[in-house]
Amino acid sequence: MIGLAAAPEQVGNTWLNLAIFGAFVAVTLVFVIRASKTNKSAGDMYTAGAAFTGRQNGIAISGDYLSAASFLGIAGAIALTGYDGFLYSIGFLVAWLVALLLVAELLRNTGRYTMADVLAFRMREGPVRTAAATSTLAVSFFYLLAQMAGAGGLVALLMNINDRTGQSLVIAAVGALMITYVLIGGMKGTTYVQIIKAVLLISGAALMTVWVLLNYGMNFSDLLGDGAAAGALLEPGAKYGLTNTTKIDFISLALALVLGTAGLPHILMRFYTVPTAKEARRSVVWAIWLIGLFYLFTLTLGYGAAAMVGPDKIAAAPGAANSAAPLLAYELGGTLLLGVISAVAFATILAVVAGLTITASASFAHDIYASVIHKGNAPPGAEVRVARIAAIVVGIVAILGGIAANGQNIAFLVALAFAVAASANLPTILYSLFWKRFNTRGCLWSIYGGLIITIGLITFSPAVSGNETAMFPNGDWAWFPLSNPGIISIPASFLLGYLGTVTSKEHLENKAAEMEVRSLTGAGAEGTALEH
Amino acid sequence: MANTLEDGVPPPTPSEARYIKVQKSPEFQDLRSRYRRWVIPVTVVSLLWYFLYVGLAAYATDFMGTKLFGNINVGLVMGLLQFVTTFGVTYAYIRYAARVLDPRSARIREEMEAEGLL
Repeated sequence: MIGLAAAPEQVGNTWLNLAIFGAFVAVTLVFVIRASKTNKSAGDMYTAGAAFTGRQNGIAISGDYLSAASFLGIAGAIALTGYDGFLYSIGFLVAWLVALLLVAELLRNTGRYTMADVLAFRMREGPVRTAAATSTLAVSFFYLLAQMAGAGGLVALLMNINDRTGQSLVIAAVGALMITYVLIGGMKGTTYVQIIKAVLLISGAALMTVWVLLNYGMNFSDLLGDGAAAGALLEPGAKYGLTNTTKIDFISLALALVLGTAGLPHILMRFYTVPTAKEARRSVVWAIWLIGLFYLFTLTLGYGAAAMVGPDKIAAAPGAANSAAPLLAYELGGTLLLGVISAVAFATILAVVAGLTITASASFAHDIYASVIHKGNAPPGAEVRVARIAAIVVGIVAILGGIAANGQNIAFLVALAFAVAASANLPTILYSLFWKRFNTRGCLWSIYGGLIITIGLITFSPAVSGNETAMFPNGDWAWFPLSNPGIISIPASFLLGYLGTVTSKEHLENKAAEMEVRSLTGAGAEGTALEH
Repeated sequence: MANTLEDGVPPPTPSEARYIKVQKSPEFQDLRSRYRRWVIPVTVVSLLWYFLYVGLAAYATDFMGTKLFGNINVGLVMGLLQFVTTFGVTYAYIRYAARVLDPRSARIREEMEAEGLL
C-alpha cells in the first residue's frame, strides 16, 4: 500500500513539519513530567488513580480510538474508492453502542485495572488471567504494528525520507519517544497526551472540513459531484461489491468492526481511569459525540481530497491512500497547514501507541506477574517496576515490528486487531457479565479458541499469501477465501464459550450473584476507587 | 429469574449469601429487569439496523446509488441515518439511566451500606 518506489514528490517543508511536531512533543512532555509527580503506585501507573472526570476521559478515549487508521486511512479510502471507505466510519461508530449499553458501566463496577479483573472475579484466577493477558497482548501487538507501519508511510511523505533505513530510524525515534511518555507519565501523562492530541486532531479536521466546504460555497452536493467526477464513487461497491466473496468479506469485516471496539483492551482499560460507573458512562457519551463528529468530517475530507487533489495523484504519492489528508491540507493551506496536519497525524500515532503500550504492560505486570506468578503477593513496588520493564519491552517489540511491517496495509492490520478483539475478548466479557452459569472452561475455550481460529484463518487468507497485494506475495497457501475471518471466528468463539461452560461441572453461580449485584449497583467498587 | 439452588451449585459462603440475599430482593430484581429490558432490545435493534444497512451496501448497490436530490443518494442518507440513530440511542440511554436506573441502584447501595454489607 505504501509505495516506496513511487516518484517522490516533495510537498511542504521538512524543517517546518519537524518544528511543529517538535512543539507538540515539547508541550506534551511538560504535561507528562508534571504528571510524573503522582506516578508511584500501580493504580497511578495503570489508571491514574481513577481520578479523571468523565469528560476528560471521554476526550482521551476519542484520542485513543481515532488512530492513524481512522484519520489517514478512512480519508484515503474515501478519496480512492469513494463510498466504501465511509462504511468503515459507520462500523467504528455504531460499535460504541455495544460499549455504552452493555460493557462500560458493568466493567467499571467489577474490575480495577485490566479486562482480566472482570473474568477473574469469579473464575479460577491463574488460567483466566493468563488467557486474558495473552489475547490482550495479541490485540495490542497487531494494533501497534498498524500504527508503527503508518508512521513509516507518513515519514516518507512528510520528511521526504524515502529509503528504508531512514524510515526505520524515524520509527525507532517515535517508539523511543512513546516509551519515554509511558515511563515518565504513566496513565496520567498518557491521558494528557491523548486529550491534547484529540483536541488538535478534531479541530484540525474541523478546520479542513470548513475550508473544503467554503471552496464549494458550503454546497455539499457540489463537492460530492466533483469527487465523483474525479473517481470517488458515491454509491457502495467499488471495493467490496466485485464478487460474492468480496461481499461476504465485507459483511465479515462489518461484524468485526461493530463487535471489536468493546473488546479492545486499551479502550476497556480507559473505563477504569474514572471513579464511578456513572463517570464511565459519561466518558462513553463524550467519546460517541466526538468520534461521530470526527467521522462526519472524514467524509468531507475524503471526497474533498478526491475532488481537489485527485485519486491519481494520491495513489502515486509516497504513502498512497494514507497521504490523502496531508495532500489535501497542502492543497488548502499550503506548507503551514500541511505542517500542522502532519504534526497532528504524528501525534495521533504517538498517543495511540502510548495507550496500547501502557495496556499491554499493565496486563503483563498485573495479570501475569503479580497475580499468576506471585499469586497477588508480589513484593512492594515490584509490580510497578515490572510494568515499566514490560513497557520498554513492548516498545522495542513495537519498533521492530513496525520496521518489519513498514509498507503493509494499515487498514488491514487494524481490521485484524478488531477481529481478534471481537472473537477472543468480547464473547467472554459479555458471558461473564450476563450469564451466571459461565465458568472457567467456557472462558478459556472462548478466548483461546477465538484467538487460534482468528489468527489461523488470517494466516490462510488471501491477505497473507496468494496474490500480489498480500503480505507474502511470492507464496501461496491461502485456502480460506475471506480476508476478514470475523463471520466464522466470532460465532465460533461464542459457541465455544457455551460448550466449554456446559461441559464443565464447575458452578460459580454464587459468586456470579455477588458480581451481578456489584456490577449494577457499584457496591464496593466506588469505595475501592477512593482508596488512592 | 431468582437464583435458585441448582444441581451442582455448592452452598454459598456467608459473604456470598449476603449478596445472594440482595440479588433476590425485589428492589434488585426490579433494577436488573429495568436495565436488561432496555439495553438488550435496544442493542439488538441497533445491530439489526446496522446490518440491514451493511447488507444493502453489499447487495443493493443500485438502490443505494439512487439519487434523491443533487448528488445526495439513498446510501449517503442511510449512512447519515446510522449516525443519527447512534446519537439518538446514546441520548435516550443517558436520559433513561439518569431517570430510572441511577436512583434505584443508589438506593440499593445505600441500603447495603446501612446494613453493613460493604
